[in-house]
Amino acid sequence: MNNVHDMGGMQAYGPVPKPIPIESPFHARWEGRVFAMQMATMMLGVWKPGVIRGSVESLPPAVYLAASYYQRWELGLERRLIASGMVTADELSAGRASRPGWSLEPPRNAKIPPNKAPIRPGGSEAATPPAFQVGQTVWARNLNPPTHTRLPRYARDHVGVISAIRGVQSLPDAHVLSDREELQWVYGVEFSCRELWGAAADPQAKIFVDAWEAYLERV
Amino acid sequence: MQLESGLTCSKEEGMETGDHESSHDHSVFSEPEARVRAIETILVQKGYVDPAMLDGIVQRFETQVGPHIGARIVARAWSDSNFCEALLRDATSAINAAGEWGKVSYQLIAPPNTDRLHNLVVCTLCSCYPYDVLGLPPSWYKSDAYRSRAVLEPRAVLKELGLDLAEDVEIRVFDSTADTRYLVIPMRPSGTEGWSEEQLSRLVTRDSMVGAARAKEPSELGHE
Repeated sequence: MNNVHDMGGMQAYGPVPKPIPIESPFHARWEGRVFAMQMATMMLGVWKPGVIRGSVESLPPAVYLAASYYQRWELGLERRLIASGMVTADELSAGRASRPGWSLEPPRNAKIPPNKAPIRPGGSEAATPPAFQVGQTVWARNLNPPTHTRLPRYARDHVGVISAIRGVQSLPDAHVLSDREELQWVYGVEFSCRELWGAAADPQAKIFVDAWEAYLERV
Repeated sequence: MQLESGLTCSKEEGMETGDHESSHDHSVFSEPEARVRAIETILVQKGYVDPAMLDGIVQRFETQVGPHIGARIVARAWSDSNFCEALLRDATSAINAAGEWGKVSYQLIAPPNTDRLHNLVVCTLCSCYPYDVLGLPPSWYKSDAYRSRAVLEPRAVLKELGLDLAEDVEIRVFDSTADTRYLVIPMRPSGTEGWSEEQLSRLVTRDSMVGAARAKEPSELGHE
């Protein structure tokens, strides 16, 4: 989805905040609760990892920009809980449950499950061999799906070079929409800053984007 | 202090006063606190989550997982060439095989810095970060300013963060995904020959493993 979350290349956000050398992960109790609830609900298996990310990305732009990091995740979680039917909007506004929950096993341990499909650098689960080789010039397609994607806008319709074959991973565009796992080759793609930002850009800077095969085309 | 996107968070005083439980007793909550409380109440009432498990997750990220893990990994890479090679080849497998640092649950890439080439990590679309080895991301990494500008003008951003690289040093910016994340291996400072892994790890800061800083010099130790 083309929205304000896709901020690579924007210029009006001011200076980067000064790093705090030792910073606690949560600045308020509620931030930790949001993080933990996001993890815990994902472990129920109703939706896949990355699905709440799609909900965050579809927040109205003004809401997204006014919200802090954990507020964004909290709003995304609310939307996802309602969309899945696990919680109703009425319950959320009332602040309490008005009907029993689905029969799901609440996860009991605080370990984080593996992120989606395990990585298979050997490509044992790929249906086809990689379409591109390291060093090959590729074009990042000009894709504008109205749903989740990991191809940032700044890379679209630009030419890069395959720098690495990462392995086989589940295409996020597909698994966020349904339970469908579409295993695809993922490539590291190198774009020069001059290609992305024009002749005035830093000649010694390169951006590397990890692109699923569906994002790329041979030149 | 400001968090990302200019929004001031209601309980940032918590950073100075500590995350005490007294906020429970307040009858008036700021908006996010009230919303979060509502969700948690509902999820618990419906049997979807166990509050003790939520406590466990929070505690794990507050007390167990953090940049000290990455610092040990970098220190090992500096002092053990076999481990370094394995790390460069496949960081996830090398770390998981070592069995000392928990399990990395995504594909981790560990690009090494040299005096000619500097690596920097960003996630422009959200804030993906190698949390298994660095803990949760710091505010500057999650900021809209960093996410937007790191890919457009990385040298200027690094300068702003205090790292002034010569014009001819190549900068490689890695835009992470949830599935592929990055741990930069900073350059080993000179004057550290014969140092133990534990000593070396004290030079490796969080920001140096994101590419936003160099590792500390030996002379900087003990000055914090």
